[in-house]
Amino acid sequence: MTQAPDNPISHDAVRRAGRWVFATGVTVLVLWVLVPIWLLLANALSAPAEVTSFPRSWIPAFDTASLAFFFGYGGVLDALWNSVQVAVVTMILAIGLGAPAGYALSRFDFPGKEAFRFLVIMTRAFPLPLLALPLAVMFIRTGIDDTIIGLALVHATLALPFAVLITFSLFSGIPVELEEAAWTLGCTRFQAVTKVVLPLAAPGIAASAVFAFVISWNEVFAAAVLTIQNRTLTAFLLQSLDVSPLHLKFAGGAVLVIPALLFIFAVRKYLFAMWGIANR
Amino acid sequence: MPRALPYLLLLPATLFLGVFFLYPFLNVAWDSITRGGEMTLANYQRMASHWKFSTAFWNTLFLAALVVPIQLAMALTMASIVTRLEKGRSSILYIFAIPLGISDLAAGLIWLAIFEQSGFLNSMLYGLGVIERPILFLSYQNPVVILIAIVLAEVWRATAIMMVILVAGMGLIPKEYGEAAEVFGASRWQRFIRVTLPMLKPSLQTALILRVILAFEVFAVVMALGGTQFPVLMSETYNWQFVMQDRGVAAAYAMVILGISIAFTLVILRLLHVPKEARI
Repeated sequence: MTQAPDNPISHDAVRRAGRWVFATGVTVLVLWVLVPIWLLLANALSAPAEVTSFPRSWIPAFDTASLAFFFGYGGVLDALWNSVQVAVVTMILAIGLGAPAGYALSRFDFPGKEAFRFLVIMTRAFPLPLLALPLAVMFIRTGIDDTIIGLALVHATLALPFAVLITFSLFSGIPVELEEAAWTLGCTRFQAVTKVVLPLAAPGIAASAVFAFVISWNEVFAAAVLTIQNRTLTAFLLQSLDVSPLHLKFAGGAVLVIPALLFIFAVRKYLFAMWGIANR
Repeated sequence: MPRALPYLLLLPATLFLGVFFLYPFLNVAWDSITRGGEMTLANYQRMASHWKFSTAFWNTLFLAALVVPIQLAMALTMASIVTRLEKGRSSILYIFAIPLGISDLAAGLIWLAIFEQSGFLNSMLYGLGVIERPILFLSYQNPVVILIAIVLAEVWRATAIMMVILVAGMGLIPKEYGEAAEVFGASRWQRFIRVTLPMLKPSLQTALILRVILAFEVFAVVMALGGTQFPVLMSETYNWQFVMQDRGVAAAYAMVILGISIAFTLVILRLLHVPKEARI
């Protein structure tokens, strides 16, 4: 409601104008997000010669030559496969370590609970990719330098706090009475979790797993510092920025973006569990 | 057993964070103040005496000072829009959240597609008859354009994180407060300033801390758009680690990034302090 009108007509006009401004604002913001992505995809779907031609058209020729060149370029497929492997290991580590912690936070009150939550939240107040510097040395000493596992351990440090916070909010949303009912029917504590709680929490846990995957998939700095022979896709693209032709960069960018679009779509319902909980 | 259970569940995550979060940070701090096994400030002296240090330092702070306020305003606008929408809320929210899943490297490449010589900005200006031949925007002769491109890419990429936190925060504000203000004749704008913003303080705090820390970590966007033309702290860290192979100085850089991150976190916590009694 706007302020009391002098006469009904102007009141109506003001409201219509307000709605118009609102709709324009929404449209502009939607375009602001979508148009740049479209431009990258348009470049990726153009032939190499077309990418460097001038002036560029907003609509690509839907030529897959750039993408074919990208996938045929030495090292790209390996880098892609490394990225997937690192992301999967990150996902397993983050959920495997994070979900029990999230469960404990949601079901028990115990001394030290606040200290643990503080540790988890504190990790987000630090520039985590810098961890890669000292870990590079530690990994050389233990012989896991330049490996999938080594990088996944760093990425899991990035993803673990999110996994803990998301599973905490998920488990908090499942009534403890359901578990108690299972106990009275003869389930052990462990059985009650696996047979009652986990099936209910499964979609949310899958969402936080996907989120862990995306964190690892997108990470650049640690990947570039920690991998040399076994580079991930981001590390590969970063280190070839100076030397690679434009169409290679854009095809690579598109290959990075498309899975991310699908993943965010898959987890859109859980976006708030990730961040909303941090309000407290 | 039941008393120990929560600790057992937390143990793996705690150990993991201890080994891969706390230990490396102590390690990097130690590396920064030692050289050849002796305690010294030589790393910091070497870092500070290099001509690129102050450029990188001020570039990073300047970039954050430009980007964060724009993002705050945009995130508040987007969150207000999403909160007000009745239909299409989830699709609009998904679109606004898309950049959340996009790698900073991919975001840099997206804006490279727009700003490079045969890119879409040149094509558009040419199409409109503003220019006769494409301009080389991202060259050392145009530092301001490089800066603008980086700012746009950063704003585009990282506003979504703040938006999601703020939408979650707005959802926590009881509707009655706004309605009460409306009864007393407050306009929409007055309600936003006097009711929503103060009630949103905890979320604003989270969003700003997270965003400012990420702003100090800016790396891949700068590398994709500016290359070496626009040094920032993170890219210098990378340089010292890799190109100059000097871990001590890289560690000193890491401590500088950590230092300004902690300093700004404390400032934001202080500025947006919410007394315990006033929390919802």
